[in-house]
Parts: sequence; C-alpha cells; structure tokens
Amino acid sequence: MASESGGLTEYIQHHLTHLRPQASPEGFWAVHIDSITVSLVLGVLFCLLFWLKARKATAGVPGKGQAFVELVLEFVDGQVKDVFHGDRRFLGPLALTVFVWVFLMNAMDLLPVDLLPWITQKFGVGHFRAVPTADINMTFAMSLTIFVLIIFYSFKAKGAGGYMHELFTAPFGAHPLLWIPNFLLNVVELLSKPVSLAMRLFGNMYAGELVFMLIAGLFSAGAGLAGWALYGAGIIGYTVWGLFHILIIGIQAFIFMVLTIVYISMAHDHH
Amino acid sequence: MDFNATLIGEMISFAILIWFCVHFIWPHINKAIEERQIKIAEGLNAAERAHAELKSADVKVAAEIKVARQQASEIIDKAQQQANQIIDKARGEAITEINRLKASAQDDIASMAQRARDQLREQVGALAVQGASKIVQREVDASTHKALLDQLAAEI
Repeated sequence: MASESGGLTEYIQHHLTHLRPQASPEGFWAVHIDSITVSLVLGVLFCLLFWLKARKATAGVPGKGQAFVELVLEFVDGQVKDVFHGDRRFLGPLALTVFVWVFLMNAMDLLPVDLLPWITQKFGVGHFRAVPTADINMTFAMSLTIFVLIIFYSFKAKGAGGYMHELFTAPFGAHPLLWIPNFLLNVVELLSKPVSLAMRLFGNMYAGELVFMLIAGLFSAGAGLAGWALYGAGIIGYTVWGLFHILIIGIQAFIFMVLTIVYISMAHDHH
Repeated sequence: MDFNATLIGEMISFAILIWFCVHFIWPHINKAIEERQIKIAEGLNAAERAHAELKSADVKVAAEIKVARQQASEIIDKAQQQANQIIDKARGEAITEINRLKASAQDDIASMAQRARDQLREQVGALAVQGASKIVQREVDASTHKALLDQLAAEI
C-alpha cells in the first residue's frame, strides 16, 4: 500500500513538473517551455482561424465559419457593451483575445492527462504540462498585462493630475489627514485586481488538473478484481469530472473576460 | 509558485495577440456585421414600404374597378336605349314603307281597273255599233257617227 501511494505521489509530482531547458533547470531563466509552446500554438491557432474568416468576411450571407466567428465576436461585444460605454475598438478585441485564448488553453485540460506527456516522451522529453492556465506564470502574465492596461487607461481617461487626485482623495474624502489612508486603500484595491484575476484562473485549472491526475491514478491502483473495479470507477470518475470540467473551462474563460472588461471600464470611470 | 522568465515571455505573446486581434480580426468582422445590420435594416424598411404600397395599390384598384363597373353599366344602358331607338325607328320606317307600297298597289289596281273599264267600254261600243248596223242592215258610217258613238261609250 505504501509503495502504491508512493507511486501515485510520484506520478502526480512527475505530471506537475514543467518542461524546462536542460541547461538551466533552476532559477529565473528556467522558462516553462511546455506552457509557452502550448499557449503560443493555441494563440496562433486563434489568430489564424479568426483572421482567415475576418479576411473574407462579407456583409452578405455568411458561411458557417464566418457565422461562428461572428457569433463569438458578437457575444463578446455584447458583454463589453453592457459594461463599458465608450469606444470599443480596443476593449472589444482585448476581451475577444482573452476569452478565446483562455478558453482554448483551459480546454487543453480535456485532453487525457497522459496523452501529451506520453507523446513527448517518445521524443525524449520527460515532463510536459498541457494546460498553460494551470501555470501561474501564464495567468499572471495575462493579469499583469491587464494591470498595465488599467494603469494606462486610468492615466489616459483622467490625466496624471486627475488620477493622482483620485488616488489620494477617494473614497473617504479630500481632507489632508485622509490622504494616506485613501492612497493605501487604493493601492490595495489596485494590486488585488491582477492577483485575484490570476489566482482565480490558476487555482481552478490547477485543481482541475490535479483531480484529473488523482482519478487517472485509479487506473493503475491495484491488481486483480479490486484493481478492475477501481479501473471502472476511474473511467466513470474521469468522464463525470470531464463533463463537469467543460463547464468550468467556459465559466473561467468568461469570468476572466468579464473582469478584464470591468476593470478597464472602471479605469475610465471618474470618481 | 515558481515565477520565472515564462511570465515575461507570456506577457509579450499576450500583447502580440491583443495587437493582432485589434488590427486584423476585430475591425474586419465588426465591419461585416455592421454592414449586414444596415443591409437587414434596409431590407426590412423596403419590405415595409412595399407592403404599404401594395395596400394603397389595392385601394386604388378597388376604386378603379368600381368606376369601371359603373361605366360599363352606363354603356350597357345607353346601348339598350340606342337599340330600342333603332328598333322603333325601323318599325316606323317599315310601317311607312308598307303604307307606301299599299298605296302604290292600290293606285296600280285602280289604274288597271280603269284601263279594263275603258277597253270594255270601247269593245261594248264597237259591239253595239256592229249590232246596230246588222240590225239596220246598213252600214253606218263610222266617221259620221263617231261623235254619237263616243257619247254613247262615255255614257256606258
């Protein structure tokens, strides 16, 4: 029993290890090649798919591909329109990119946990994590980019003076004694945005991946009749969790997009 | 939580994706959608206008049919009147023609009867003269007694 649980622990630890360059497996430059590869492939896939349809987009009767792309775009545009009342020429595409990219990266979770590592192992690569959004670097990369945009649009909408004035006088008031509390509260509020955005997505996808691994552990959990029973339970568990995870994938992508829209439209608001 | 250079790489790729979407995807699709929206709105407008036009055309047609029907019945009335007039006129003409023919026939009859009467008279006169000359066994000079015989004939 002890060896089996050790096997499972080892199995999970193996699957939670990122692919790193062999030259520097530790430290700052130990980039996660798997996260970068998968996210870039999916990003290029998204661009290519949408660009091909956008290039030939006609105002006449659309093909099914164009109709699908338009459906996604109008869904995103509707969400942006509900929250943000201004020029949507930047926020719309931003929300679309966030939604589709996050959705695609989350969807990698639906591939069997062992499929991509098994394939890469054939090419001599031992570790490969398929879900970039279960990598905290990935989620923070997105949320920090959005954080930069929040700061940028705060300055752009209110001007440097206006933004500073808001940082020091909202929400309590303009009394000099309240400047410091106001500023501290605003900094906390501001910093909590990228952190919550990144941690929510990361937590959900990491936990989802972990549950998939635990269930997958059932497949090799025992021998004989009990082993076969656990094998059946594994199949059922994997299917049920997979179906449930489809929901999580969409919801997390949707939440990430909506919060992006909300944060950036808040940056436009004057207090 | 092992942060490393992956973060920066992913930030750059995210920024590139956003840039690509802003410039090459969103505007084209959005334009197509907006153009189609305009087209659909125009189509609906046109349909509504056509509907209204059809309605007014229906009203016009109904009015015109009414007028045409009225005109037709007027024409029929007039035609009937004319026909009646023609029949009346023809009847009158026929009657006068009949009368004329009757009169001329009567004239003919009268003149023929007169002629027959005159011939009879002459023949009777001649017979009377023949008879008388046979009776007196003497030839009556027709020329001397012509005045007498004419008078006799006239008396008959």
